[in-house]
Amino acid sequence: MADEQETGGVTRREFLKNSGLVVGGAVGGTVLGGVLGRELFPAPQQGASPEEDTSDSGNGGAETPDYTEARMFFKREEDFRVLSAAVERIFPEDDLGPGAIALGVPYYIDKQLAGGYGRNAREYMQGPFFEGAETQGYQSGLLRQEAFLQGVRKIQQESESRTDDAYFDAEEDTQDEILEAFEAGDIEMEGINATTFFGMLRQATLEGVYADPVYGGNRNMGGWRLKDYPGAQMAYIQMIEEDEFVEMDPISLHDHHT
Amino acid sequence: MATELPRKQAVVVGVGWAGGIIAAELTKAGIEVIGLERGQEKTVDDFKMQKDELRYALRYDLMQDLSKETITFRNDQDMRALPMRQLGSFLLGTDVGGAGIHWNGQCPRFLPYDFEIRSKTEERYGSDKIPADMTLQDWGISYDEIEPYFQKFDETIGTSGEDNDLTAPRSEPFPTPPMKETRALRKFKNAAEELGYHPYQVASANLSEVYENPDGQTIQACQYCSFCERFGCDYQAKSDPVITVIPTAKETGNFELRTHANVRRVSYDGEKTDGVYFIDTRTGEEFYQPADVVVLTTYVMNNTRLLLQSEIGRPYNPETNEGVIGKNYCYQVMASAQGFFEEERFNLYAGAGALGAALDDFNGDNFDHSDEDFIHGGIVQITQTGIRPINTNPVPSDVKSWGKEFKEASLHYFYRTLTVASQGASMPYRYNYLDLDPTYKDALGDPLLRMTYNFTEQDRKLAAHQTKRCAEVLEAMNPDKIEANEDIGDYDIVPYQTTHNTGGVIMGGDPETSAVNNYLQMWDCENLFVAGASAFAHNSGYNPTPTVGAIAYRAADGIKKYFENPGALA
Repeated sequence: MADEQETGGVTRREFLKNSGLVVGGAVGGTVLGGVLGRELFPAPQQGASPEEDTSDSGNGGAETPDYTEARMFFKREEDFRVLSAAVERIFPEDDLGPGAIALGVPYYIDKQLAGGYGRNAREYMQGPFFEGAETQGYQSGLLRQEAFLQGVRKIQQESESRTDDAYFDAEEDTQDEILEAFEAGDIEMEGINATTFFGMLRQATLEGVYADPVYGGNRNMGGWRLKDYPGAQMAYIQMIEEDEFVEMDPISLHDHHT
Repeated sequence: MATELPRKQAVVVGVGWAGGIIAAELTKAGIEVIGLERGQEKTVDDFKMQKDELRYALRYDLMQDLSKETITFRNDQDMRALPMRQLGSFLLGTDVGGAGIHWNGQCPRFLPYDFEIRSKTEERYGSDKIPADMTLQDWGISYDEIEPYFQKFDETIGTSGEDNDLTAPRSEPFPTPPMKETRALRKFKNAAEELGYHPYQVASANLSEVYENPDGQTIQACQYCSFCERFGCDYQAKSDPVITVIPTAKETGNFELRTHANVRRVSYDGEKTDGVYFIDTRTGEEFYQPADVVVLTTYVMNNTRLLLQSEIGRPYNPETNEGVIGKNYCYQVMASAQGFFEEERFNLYAGAGALGAALDDFNGDNFDHSDEDFIHGGIVQITQTGIRPINTNPVPSDVKSWGKEFKEASLHYFYRTLTVASQGASMPYRYNYLDLDPTYKDALGDPLLRMTYNFTEQDRKLAAHQTKRCAEVLEAMNPDKIEANEDIGDYDIVPYQTTHNTGGVIMGGDPETSAVNNYLQMWDCENLFVAGASAFAHNSGYNPTPTVGAIAYRAADGIKKYFENPGALA
């Protein structure tokens, strides 16, 4: 069944593999306590049982391509590649585990920009517009869609003027320096300052890493696993008083969906 | 032309905690009530499987749609007020149940000191203690007079909690026992006791056990699933209006609830009101709802705005310090200290909105202020509301906020960071107020409410004091590193602080200085009652909801008296 392959539960093999990965990194942790805790307090779960091997942990497995991964908002491939390279620098792949690209963050942002978020749908966007004090918050009439398009093109321009390379071909240090220039507000943008744009990009990246997989990021709950975050569990009343840290397999909204 | 609807005995505008309580009490007494709610109908089915951080905590699914209506803001009169284009500092609710749906459920009562704050401060420290521009007032009611209404609210929601020497005295025990303890809470309590303070388990509307309230409504036991603040409860285990007072009102057969009804004006002939004008937000059609009594129970912002728009009561003027509508807008002065624990991982993904431990040794007038150059204080607490991964990425301040270093640190500290925080009291100030914006309009063309607000010297000193107290308790919990910032800067509408906005239509004993009497009846319009945190003459060092609840029960009593014997109640 396609359902089992797409998510379902996490296999025991993956659980242990992931725990090992966590131990190997800087996080350390109480793996044993976690395993014991999990058996003492099995998380309520639907779909595939933890014992089943679902053979491929990724949504992008060859047998079941993820048909939701295509561009909805970005029209130019180049823009999307710049975005991807930038979010990967914000949340890079390393010894601890996957980075933004492997977690699907570029697709997450693309999907968000195509909808209400991209159009600032539930925000006050009537004029007149004035530059305000910092304490007054965002005061531009620029939509997020426009800010992101302008932003990724400015990133690309900046890279080309500094190195002659496209941003996504530049050295990591150069990529970081360019983002730092945005963060510091040293890049001129229209209708938004670069610091604000960088803040949006950083925030959207973290959302894509950690939002429920239903939004297209946090692929296979990989973002949650990095943090040992158990996701959309029904209840913690069984373990709330525990002194030891209790690790659990994460559960997504999909696991509850009937 | 507005279409006139059949007359009702009472119309309640805004159906959250205050409106729901008043509707329940009036309809139980046989009074025909219509509730007008600008938002949508909400039932418990709307909150099933809402464990979605992005949708609710970041995209604000349960909050007001700012594209239709917001406020404008400036720090002082010299600044141009600009619209709050995105939600941030506080989260305005909407729909049936209002902010009572997305609250955490922390249930402290304000202190006896709060209700007579000017008198008691002068009595203990002399009148010089109160700065000239601090528009501090008694509330026109004593704690003893309002205590039965607190009790009523506790019984309606089934508050879980335990007694403490420093909290407000109670006539009856808590309806249900306190919530469970966690490692983090035990650590806080042990540290506080070591220091000689008086810790207790926070009073909670996330109930410790199943409870049936006196109206026959059942509230379930909390599952500690951690999705409370900004979410509706999956289990009907967090008391809210949709599972308590609203069904109680409906079961009487005397309550009609009309949603998508956005009230814009209250009729007024200079002495009394006769009803309200509203727009059906689906069709744009205008209606007139006549009623013998009008009750405003929208949030703080719209209670004030509706009165200003309807030209009822005297608008407050900070230059002359005269007038009352829009006066004494207050907020909350937040202070905190963050501790990083290298060797301990706490189960912080688990929790509940009102799962916490607190001490009141530095709240109200529980400590001597003779040598302090501020008054009041705030609760000092640790809460375990359940952290979520997008919004919670604690790292020490010397760590860069993105990239490899950030990734490593934010994963490492996710479960290794505890915060001790104080919700500091907010004293009123002459130049902190609400009025109508001269430029910006809502989607219907009505002026937005304008907020002029900044922290004062009193607030800065209080925050510095409370930050030290938070750090002191945290230090005794033995973290490897503590970070705390005593400087609160200027009030900033961007970062989330708290949805504890108060004032604008304050209660009191004198029509010259207050908008409503202690039955929440308008001094300038005897058949108009305005209830909610808008009535607070200042904000205490606590969460406000039980005090909103008490005020609403008090108002309901007043309205019943008014039906029996019309006229001024005070």
